[in-house]
Amino acid sequence: MRFMLLFSRQGKLRLQKWFLATADRDKKKLVRELMQVVLARKPKMCSFLEWRDLKVVYKRYASLYFCCAIEGQDNELITLELIHRYVELLDKYFGSVCELDIIFNFEKAYFILDEFVMGGEIQDTSKKSVLKAIEQADLLQEVRHPCGASLGSTP
Amino acid sequence: MPAPIRLRELIRTIRTARTQAEEREMIQKECAAIRSSFREEDNTYRCRNVAKLLYMHMLGYPAHFGQLECLKLIASQKFTDKRIGYLGAMLLLDERQDVHLLMTNCIKNDLNHSTQYVQGLALCTLGCMGSSEMCRDLAGEVEKLLKTSNSYLRKKAALCAVHVIRKVPELMEMFLPATKNLLNEKNHGVLHTSVVLLTEMCERSPDMLAHFRKNEKLVPQLVRILKNLIMSGYSPEHDVSGISDPFLQVRILRLLRILGRNDDDSSEAMNDILAQVATNTETSKNVGNAILYETVLTIMDIKSESGLRVLAINILGRFLLNNDKNIRRAMELSFALVNGNNVRGMMKELLYFLDSCEPEFKADCASGIFLASEKYAPSKRWHIDTIMRVLTMAGSYVRDDAVPSLIQLITNSVEMHTYTVQRLYKAILGDYSQQPLVQVASWCIGEYGDLLVSGQCEEEPPIQVTEDEVLDILESILISNMSASVTRGYTLTAIMKLSTRFTCNVNRVRKIVSVYSSSIDVELQQRAVEYNTLFKKYDHMRPALLERMPVMEKVTINGLTEIVQSNGETESAVLETKSPPSGLQPLSQANDLLDLLGGTDITPVIPTAPTSKPDSTGGELLDLLGDLNLTCSPVSAPVPQIAQPPFLLDGLPSQPLFSDIAAGIPSITAYNKNGLKIDFTFERSNTNPSVTVITIQASNSTELDMTDFVFQAAVPKTFQLQLLSPSSGVIPAFNSGTITQVIKVLNPQKQQLRMRIKLTYNHKGSAIQDLAEVSNFPPQSWQ
Repeated sequence: MRFMLLFSRQGKLRLQKWFLATADRDKKKLVRELMQVVLARKPKMCSFLEWRDLKVVYKRYASLYFCCAIEGQDNELITLELIHRYVELLDKYFGSVCELDIIFNFEKAYFILDEFVMGGEIQDTSKKSVLKAIEQADLLQEVRHPCGASLGSTP
Repeated sequence: MPAPIRLRELIRTIRTARTQAEEREMIQKECAAIRSSFREEDNTYRCRNVAKLLYMHMLGYPAHFGQLECLKLIASQKFTDKRIGYLGAMLLLDERQDVHLLMTNCIKNDLNHSTQYVQGLALCTLGCMGSSEMCRDLAGEVEKLLKTSNSYLRKKAALCAVHVIRKVPELMEMFLPATKNLLNEKNHGVLHTSVVLLTEMCERSPDMLAHFRKNEKLVPQLVRILKNLIMSGYSPEHDVSGISDPFLQVRILRLLRILGRNDDDSSEAMNDILAQVATNTETSKNVGNAILYETVLTIMDIKSESGLRVLAINILGRFLLNNDKNIRRAMELSFALVNGNNVRGMMKELLYFLDSCEPEFKADCASGIFLASEKYAPSKRWHIDTIMRVLTMAGSYVRDDAVPSLIQLITNSVEMHTYTVQRLYKAILGDYSQQPLVQVASWCIGEYGDLLVSGQCEEEPPIQVTEDEVLDILESILISNMSASVTRGYTLTAIMKLSTRFTCNVNRVRKIVSVYSSSIDVELQQRAVEYNTLFKKYDHMRPALLERMPVMEKVTINGLTEIVQSNGETESAVLETKSPPSGLQPLSQANDLLDLLGGTDITPVIPTAPTSKPDSTGGELLDLLGDLNLTCSPVSAPVPQIAQPPFLLDGLPSQPLFSDIAAGIPSITAYNKNGLKIDFTFERSNTNPSVTVITIQASNSTELDMTDFVFQAAVPKTFQLQLLSPSSGVIPAFNSGTITQVIKVLNPQKQQLRMRIKLTYNHKGSAIQDLAEVSNFPPQSWQ
């Protein structure tokens, strides 16, 4: 996977994870372009499209588009499953996740993604395992604060 | 200074902004606050501030001034700080900034941290955005972690190693020892990431690939793991819609593909498991299809046995049936995978898909099927059948340029003419709205209308249709509003041709043609006028001009493919010239029958037309009398003997048509009665082993000339016959001269040649007619 994007129907970016070093300026351009392409798609259209030299796999969950750009030899169908797994993880973590959760807890969304995927590849195929790791890490945030006053898990 | 506002607070505030300007103002205000906070080196709230910065960065605002702060957070001891710090580094930093190198030491330390979650953070960051320098510095640490027994770290180390190898391929070697026991793990995370790592190594290095095949016996290990996944019962932890760990299955299949490619042993070792996966995986959900998709790719790419390939084709077939719009991929994949071995199976599936798919796919699918059929058709019959099915299923979606190609194909499949025209006729009977289908059908009916009404067909039960019925349908097409101008053109010409193919409806054809000579459509008008003229002033030439199309040859001239029409004996000359020739030429359409062949001084050849239709009658040898309606055929009127140019006169074996390779075929006397002797000499074509060229020589030993001599021949149904013009119609007496005539026999099934001949001539004031059977053909003439 080259990158993953989450964005709303209004074209607001909610998450961007890049697995290939790209300049900020280029990132902005690519994001803008791809968002336009995906948002123009009609509901009945295929979840896969060819864009530039990549394949794009996207799926809409409520008001959010989950979009992955993968390479030629990658399996689009399993990427759809990857997206779905990520949504399931978010759902389990936040409890019936909605776009607002991701807006207000974007850093958590990143933490969960980083526990699930690394360098564009899946780290762990067990939902339970990924969620447990997040849970444990969250606990660390609470426990480790030196001055006793808990900052909670919110920065 | 008051505490900086919390992240959530900021987000809430910014979202209240009603305009872009308002938002920008809020952002700028907060950024200023954050900047001063950074300047004060405030450790307590650094984390909070960076988090806010990251949010604003996501909105599109510049945040580079926070880069160094991220590094400070990473260096902090607090887990919260590290978490945000690493996140910030991944979002704000990349290898373009020198700053990122400062991370190296922190990461190194954290890779050795006592808390695995800290180690995890470090591995993650390195594995996502580590530069080449960082990778070089830290590869050793990663390699160490790859050997740990902690599966949480091991899986991350594996993916980190993948990144390192991508950045610095030379470092691949150092990870090799650590890969030894990776696949012995039970933990699926480790298994998955290990397979990814092994894939990366095998893809990058042929040496690695060979090593893993031979020394590590990777294939059996992978087969074992895959087998367990399929056979083991329900595992709630890894289950997705009833399938156990599809992600791992897909990765294993992909690695197997690489290992099995071009390697017989590996391919064999994975044969069974591939068959198992192919058969046992559910296709009702996307997850099953994902696995099957990967399986098909693997089966087709390795050296799989035919049974396995058939299985793969069946899977593709199932994909194509799937209504899921994502299965469009399967169509593209199917066409890419068609080859000579699997074409029959693949085509079945693709035709089924063509029938049932959405209209938006039909044109592409039809074109794809034509292309694949042309390249890989196992037989002409199959090719014609396939094309017919496409035309009848999706006739209006076929691209216009396919029509001439299809016509050429049909023309060249001589033995299938009756079958083809019958099927096409049936196809348009109910519905003639699909233009490409109607065009091809009209053309064929015009060409082979005689075969159509003959009521005989070997390939399928013949239909009984009268000449009137055929003309009815063609007229309906002409009149119909649905017919495009081009289609009408085809149809009018077809009707015209039938004036020589049909026996009893010439007047009807004349009537139709004369009506259209005042058509508003200029194209039709022109044709009609010319056909009318043909009826009025050149009626004696009509049969010749409308005769059956000979086999067309595709000649590539200057890189362009041109269809060159070659008539029998003018073949040698025409091959070098470009068609169409001049003469009565209503249109420049490539398939227009009325193009005079030859174009120079070569006048058209009139073979005795009835004799080139023996294949239309069923049974064994043709009975020349009666069923061919010879008596009312206009052609049986005195055949105009047009003087042949000199080089055609010598029907001798030295004709430039073929090279004489079969010098040794003995000639035979086919007939010898009442002073008339007919000898056959043979030649085989060295370009087409199914063709035999027979040159007949008729001589007359009586004391009076034999005049109006006509030689006709018929062969069994599996053969095709073409009779060229005789040198003359008079056999002089006293063996003082001969009539020569060339017969070309097509014998695709290499059956024993038999022939029935009919001779008619005038001798001593009376008309003589005789039938004879020739069965003494030497084996070399047909084997």
